[in-house]
Amino acid sequence: MDLIFEGIKKAFWLLITFDPEVMGITLLSLQISGTATLISLFIGISVGTVVALSRFSGRRFAVSLINTGMGLPPVVVGLFVTIFLWRNGPLGFFGLLYTPTAMIIAQAIIATPIVMGITLAAIQQLPQKLRLQILALGATRLQMVWILIKEAKLPLLAAVMAGFGGVISEVGASIMVGGNIKGYSRVLTTATVMETSRGNFDIAIALGIILLLFTYFINLILTQIQQRERPR
Amino acid sequence: MKIDAKDYESIIEIRNLAVERGRVMILNVPSLVVKEGEILSLIGPNGAGKTTLLQTISYLLKPFQGEILFRGKKVETNHSAFKYRRKLAMVFQEPLLFDTSVFNNVASGLKIRGMKRSDIRERVMQQLDRFGISHLSHRSVKTLSGGEAQRTSLARAFALRPEILLLDEPFASLDPPTRNSLIEDLEHILQQTRTTAVFATHDRLEALRLSDRIAVMDEGKILQIGSPEEVGNHPINELVASFMGVETILSGKVIKRDGGTFITSIEGYEIETVGDAHLGETVVLCIRPENVTISMRHSHEGTSARNVFHGNIMKIISMGLYQKIHLHCGFPLVAFVTNHSLEELSLVEGKEMWASFKATAVTVIRKGESEKSLTS
Repeated sequence: MDLIFEGIKKAFWLLITFDPEVMGITLLSLQISGTATLISLFIGISVGTVVALSRFSGRRFAVSLINTGMGLPPVVVGLFVTIFLWRNGPLGFFGLLYTPTAMIIAQAIIATPIVMGITLAAIQQLPQKLRLQILALGATRLQMVWILIKEAKLPLLAAVMAGFGGVISEVGASIMVGGNIKGYSRVLTTATVMETSRGNFDIAIALGIILLLFTYFINLILTQIQQRERPR
Repeated sequence: MKIDAKDYESIIEIRNLAVERGRVMILNVPSLVVKEGEILSLIGPNGAGKTTLLQTISYLLKPFQGEILFRGKKVETNHSAFKYRRKLAMVFQEPLLFDTSVFNNVASGLKIRGMKRSDIRERVMQQLDRFGISHLSHRSVKTLSGGEAQRTSLARAFALRPEILLLDEPFASLDPPTRNSLIEDLEHILQQTRTTAVFATHDRLEALRLSDRIAVMDEGKILQIGSPEEVGNHPINELVASFMGVETILSGKVIKRDGGTFITSIEGYEIETVGDAHLGETVVLCIRPENVTISMRHSHEGTSARNVFHGNIMKIISMGLYQKIHLHCGFPLVAFVTNHSLEELSLVEGKEMWASFKATAVTVIRKGESEKSLTS
């Protein structure tokens, strides 16, 4: 029990004094996961919207592909990104393995289907006639798509939050392609794994608390979105 | 508002329009003209094609055949359908508002059509005023009642100053008092702005009240089109008749002719009507319940009603402000009486009475005519 109390005491101290190492790891986490989420936002929302609004043969298959992608095991993503970036692999000449860039790539691959799938559902759920009303107001196709995206802004925000939440707490792919290099590719999750295995519970608990805080705030926003009333 | 048919410009002209869904023809309109400044209503049962027609006029639906002319010029389709749609405005049964304030909703069409910010404000305030929702300008649409939301939708459409306004059963989901208040306001605004409007409804009374012309539709076709009097008092077939509220529809053979009148035999009883029909011809007689009089005494004196029949009251149905009486005089007959009369004559189910109606009050559908559909 002493171990736990000592650990928690030291963790709070690290947090309150803004310990440089802990802050550095947190900042890097935000940068990497933030960039990955941004990429997934652009690809996910645009593709998700297009699939939601179009009708084409093979659409059913595309939708099930997206839904499957939402449940992709991150370690599998890590595996494939590693293979691709491996020195003798197809994209090896970029020399990206064990860099933050590789982590961004892997996390973007994990987050994009999540954002895409939720966007698809959100846009599909808008009343069918709303599209007709927007067109009747004289909108071009482009204007209509933009207005629909704005109408679905809350579920789309939820999609982005879900994507971010998924990657900030991801550890498998991040260790595999990042290498957990101190000050370079060491993020909250990978650092926690390492410090725990070394028995440095104070740092590990501090990192854990930060991760919990992130989770809490993401869910706070998601809950607010969920509880809001729908317009007429 | 009565419009003289001949001298007005046509806003929309439809030729040989046909729309399919799957293999089924859901709309088939060989010809239709919507005149500038008129209010045309489309009435008919669900599935009659009213919505399809409205959506095809606004090019939200593509016809597989036929053309639409706007002010005489063929409508350019494909990539610039939106340019054509910017000449019109459409209101649906649901308000379909955007998740923002009332003001922004009413402004949305103007923003889409590229109007300047400064001009938008004035236009929007004018419409909010007109529809009595200025006090709701900043409110989120989520807080609106059904009537307020539909007013917002209408304000949004009118703000566009459309050359033609299309309304698809706009009052169908509102409760009666809200509906009445909105219809009154809409009537007033339509007259004030002299907007051309086509509106679909399954409420015959709404149509009778607002329209210059009524088109009765069924199964994708226009059965009859004309002024409310024409269509109401001279339905061309039983379908139109029953949809226009003719409650008594009787079929029989002509047995006698005399100058401008003839006698039809219905269940062995003789009904005299004005008109032209051949001996032995099968005809369908339409008698509106407003034209049937009930009395307790058989008397020809003082009335010009030639058709007097003795019978019983089968059923009395309250319609609120008046009563609908189902009679049987050898054949079924429906009459309307005021609540006052009901009491005065002590009308009850089973009671014997005399029913009468004039020869001129009967509409005749000659069976040879009933397949034809009139378009004007």
